[in-house]
Order: sequence, then structure tokens, then C-alpha cells
Amino acid sequence: MTIIFEILIAFFLVVSGIFGFVGSYGMIKLKDPMSRLHAPTKATTLGVGGVLLASIGHSVLLEGKLSLHELLITLFLFLTAPITALFIAKWHIHRHEKPSDLPDAGEDELWATHAVEQVEDVPDHTAN
Amino acid sequence: MIRLLHRIFPHPHLTFLLTVVWVLLANTGSLNSVVFGLLLGIIIPFVTQPYWPDRPKLRNWPMIAEYMLVVLWDIVIANITVARIILFKRDADRQPNWVSIPLELRTPEAITVLAGTITMTPGTVSCDLSAQGHNLLVHCLDAPDPEAVRDEIKQRYERRLKEIFE
Repeated sequence: MTIIFEILIAFFLVVSGIFGFVGSYGMIKLKDPMSRLHAPTKATTLGVGGVLLASIGHSVLLEGKLSLHELLITLFLFLTAPITALFIAKWHIHRHEKPSDLPDAGEDELWATHAVEQVEDVPDHTAN
Repeated sequence: MIRLLHRIFPHPHLTFLLTVVWVLLANTGSLNSVVFGLLLGIIIPFVTQPYWPDRPKLRNWPMIAEYMLVVLWDIVIANITVARIILFKRDADRQPNWVSIPLELRTPEAITVLAGTITMTPGTVSCDLSAQGHNLLVHCLDAPDPEAVRDEIKQRYERRLKEIFE
């Protein structure tokens, strides 16, 4: 019976290893910065998820005690990954995209990142 | 009585969530950690109450469960799709694209959940909101047909979120 559990846990570890690797490889292979953003936000989610499943499986099936705090890592990952991605994306828009490069923003005319640049009297911090 | 309960638990969902998170963090189901978690669950909502002036009321619990299952399933699919694009598709064949999604959602909480979901699911990252929050800018890893992506997001996620939050 133990051997089946061990195979199951090993399977999750291998799957997570593959997805972690693909996520990192994507950073090298994809050429434009916005596409690079896709690889780490997604492929690594399943990568980390696989390790956590293996960890829960190991403590429940082999050590015989319930351990669920791995679920918290998943929760925090789901909260932080989109925010990191949004920050990087906004930085990219701020530095490299003109309003004319992006699709129509509908009734609001400008995307928030560009709208901020339109504000007059931005305090100048470059002097200090 | 109800008002007294409401004063002690201004935000019952948050109380519940904080207790569960604390018990998971302690990683034991002992009475100790449950009581301390409950204590945190009472104090934190009480102190942070001014920061939630008009939070939306969540009513549609079956829909929330359905939404979470749909998103979890989509995340697994997303990983496989993105992995396949990265490994097997030549960079020249890929068509990265910006898509603008007109939003029907108005509550900030609902838009936050939608943006987070879009980032976690197949080949899309939400990048920006329009100046007044009426449109969402999404970047697609490989989208020969931006219209289809827009319609799928509206149909699959926004419709459900609208039922949950509004």
C-alpha cells in the first residue's frame, strides 16, 4: 500500500517540477516583455500547487496526521500573483506604450496609467 | 439582540475567514488555536470597520461555490495551455494581443476578483483599468481572435460575478 502512496506523491512532485521548469523556460523563450509575464504567473501556479499537494499527501498518507497549512500558501499565492503581474504590466504600459498603441478604452478615453500622466502639477522628486 | 450581535461581529464572513486562516496557520485543530483565532476574528473586523464603508453583500452562496470550481478547473487548463504554447509554438506564429473588455460590474470588489481571475486563467493577464473604471485592459499570450476572448470572459466570469456581487 505504501508503494502506491509513494508513487502518487512522486507523480505530483514530477508534475510540479515540469511546470516550474516550463514557467522558467518561458521567460527565456518568449521575446516581448508582456508575453514573458504570462509564463511565471501561470505555469508556476500549478508548479507550486503540485508540491503542496505532494506535501499534504505525504503527511496524511505516510505520516498519518492531517496537515493543511499548505492550503494557506495556495491562498496567499492566489492573492499575490495577480497583483505582482498587474504591477509589472502597469510599469510596462507606463514606460513603453503610448495611448495610441493600446486598444480603445471605451467611454473613458484613456487607460488609468496614462490618465495619471495627464495630471498637471506632479511634484518633482528628481531634485532630491 | 440582533443589533448587539451585529456590533460584536460587524463582518461575520471576515471573522470566519480569519479564524480558519489562524487554525490552518497553527496547523492544529486544538481548542487553543480555535479560541485565539476567534479572538483575532473579533478584534480585527472591529478595528478595521471604518475601512469597509459600503462593502457589497454576498448572497448567492451556490454561485460562489460554482465560481470557485470553474476558476480552479480553468487554472489547471490554463497551466497546460500556456505550457503547450511555450514549448511547442514557434514565437513567430504566436499572436500576442491587447483586448479591451467593457465592464458591466461596478463594485470595486467585483472588478478586483474579475481582474485576479483573468490573470490566473488561460493565456490572459489583466493589465490596466480605464480612467473611470469602465473598461479592463487584458493582454493575451496567443489570441488570433480578440473578440472571442472578450466574449468568453464576459460570458464565463463576469456573468457569474454579477450574480454574486450585484
